[in-house]
Amino acid sequence: MLIRKAPDLTYADVTPKSLYLDRRKFLRGMGIAGAVALASTRLWNLASPRARALAATKFSGLIKSPFSTTEKQNTYDDVTHYNNFYEFGVDKSDPSKNAGKFLTSPWSVSVEGEVKNPRKFSLDDILKLAPLEERIYRHRCVEAWSIVVPWIGFSFSALVKAVDPTPKAQYVAFESYYDPKQMPWGKYAGIDFPYVEGLRLDEAMNPLALLCVGMYGESLPNQDGAPLRMVLPWKYGFKSAKSLVKIRFTEKQPPTTWNRMASNEYGFYANVNPKVDHPRWSQAKERRLGEFLKRETLMFNGYGDQVASMYNGMDLRKNY
Amino acid sequence: MRALLTSKWTKVVVFLVCLMPLGSLGWRALHNDLSANPIEFITHATGDWTLRFLLITLAITPFRKILRLPDLIRFRRMLGLFAFFYACLHFTTYIWLDKFFDLAEMWKDVAKRRFITVGFTAFVLLIPLAITSTTAWIRRLGGRRWQQLHRLIYISAICGVIHYYWLVKSAVIRPLAYATILAVLLLWRIAAKYWPPPQPASVELPPKPQRAQA
Repeated sequence: MLIRKAPDLTYADVTPKSLYLDRRKFLRGMGIAGAVALASTRLWNLASPRARALAATKFSGLIKSPFSTTEKQNTYDDVTHYNNFYEFGVDKSDPSKNAGKFLTSPWSVSVEGEVKNPRKFSLDDILKLAPLEERIYRHRCVEAWSIVVPWIGFSFSALVKAVDPTPKAQYVAFESYYDPKQMPWGKYAGIDFPYVEGLRLDEAMNPLALLCVGMYGESLPNQDGAPLRMVLPWKYGFKSAKSLVKIRFTEKQPPTTWNRMASNEYGFYANVNPKVDHPRWSQAKERRLGEFLKRETLMFNGYGDQVASMYNGMDLRKNY
Repeated sequence: MRALLTSKWTKVVVFLVCLMPLGSLGWRALHNDLSANPIEFITHATGDWTLRFLLITLAITPFRKILRLPDLIRFRRMLGLFAFFYACLHFTTYIWLDKFFDLAEMWKDVAKRRFITVGFTAFVLLIPLAITSTTAWIRRLGGRRWQQLHRLIYISAICGVIHYYWLVKSAVIRPLAYATILAVLLLWRIAAKYWPPPQPASVELPPKPQRAQA
């Protein structure tokens, strides 16, 4: 079969960003040509803040998380060129093509609602909340494909503690950035924006719930939800909202985007469950990107030990 | 124009052009450019081209009449067979790369999932049309009966578009674009049947051997 990717190619084979960026060092080494190149880069940075947003920040001193899987990671190339980010187009290849100029700096996220300390966080404020960890999670899309990604971030509970929810707070709503000017493709997506997702407060407090700022050792690429997103590995991917600008603690279950669009297909919980099919396709198996045969989907995407107790006594067929 | 349409070489060129979508898939496969999910990519590409060829096939008759280019008929069978060819590739991708020849699993899908039910119907309806596409079969059935049978393409195309519409998560624009084109092509037929345009005497052609039209 020709369509198979070379099986011996792993993430380790991808040209490391440092080497890749060395092209610039090489230019600088070229005397005058280098000086010109450097000067023009500097000028470009001054003239266009967007250019700065494009450069990835490297994170160092990451704590290795015990929640990480040892499964083989997907390639950076797969994870950055196969995305669902409907604000940038509905094809999997659209976000990588269209999100390049998305302005993510400066950035702030407003935390509000039923909290004692509502406040606006800059991205730097967020990074100061807790030490960064690398967590290699399985990620299962509701469309029955999956990937393994080394995310960077920390438990969302660190932010919850910082804003101190009132006793009324029962749910958390996550709202993504939406600007029709930067995201003109959103008009054709068929869903309402801004994108909103939500969790029960106890789910949000679960240590697995990751407030994510990066992947593969550096800041998030735009198409993967820069600069700040949620990662909820026991739920279908659409629950993990990208490019967060608002986090709202509420008393009532917040209306969420896909659930409002088709509540019979996308439940509020959306826990990975091989026994409850999507009305239009089976959820029993999944295609791990890069693999030829499909593999069995695991209950809670294999994170039952950490999360199953939150759903004790609930009928997961009804609360899909 | 007539000389161009009736040239043997035009047919060869059209044949090769119709193979280009397949060639593009082959090229991408060789260059590892079928996205991170090659099976999905192939499934979508072959499905898209099936629908496109069905619509092109259905556009032949209106274009013949509107543009007064009766010789376009020379391409209709080939285009219809290409629709069937891409439908076969699409179905093969599904049964092989999605179901791994698990027929029980396939029948469950066909019975349970309406977008597969309707897509499978669209495919099955094309099979008799492909089989009876030869001149010998036209003779055997007789022009009229052959023509009646081949009206199944209308149902197949409708099922194909519904298949696409039911499959997408939210972005209905593309399936609706196919639906609009199909609706125009079918409405034209209804209009042509009930309100035939007056034929100016000057363009009337000498009677030709009876050819089936759908």
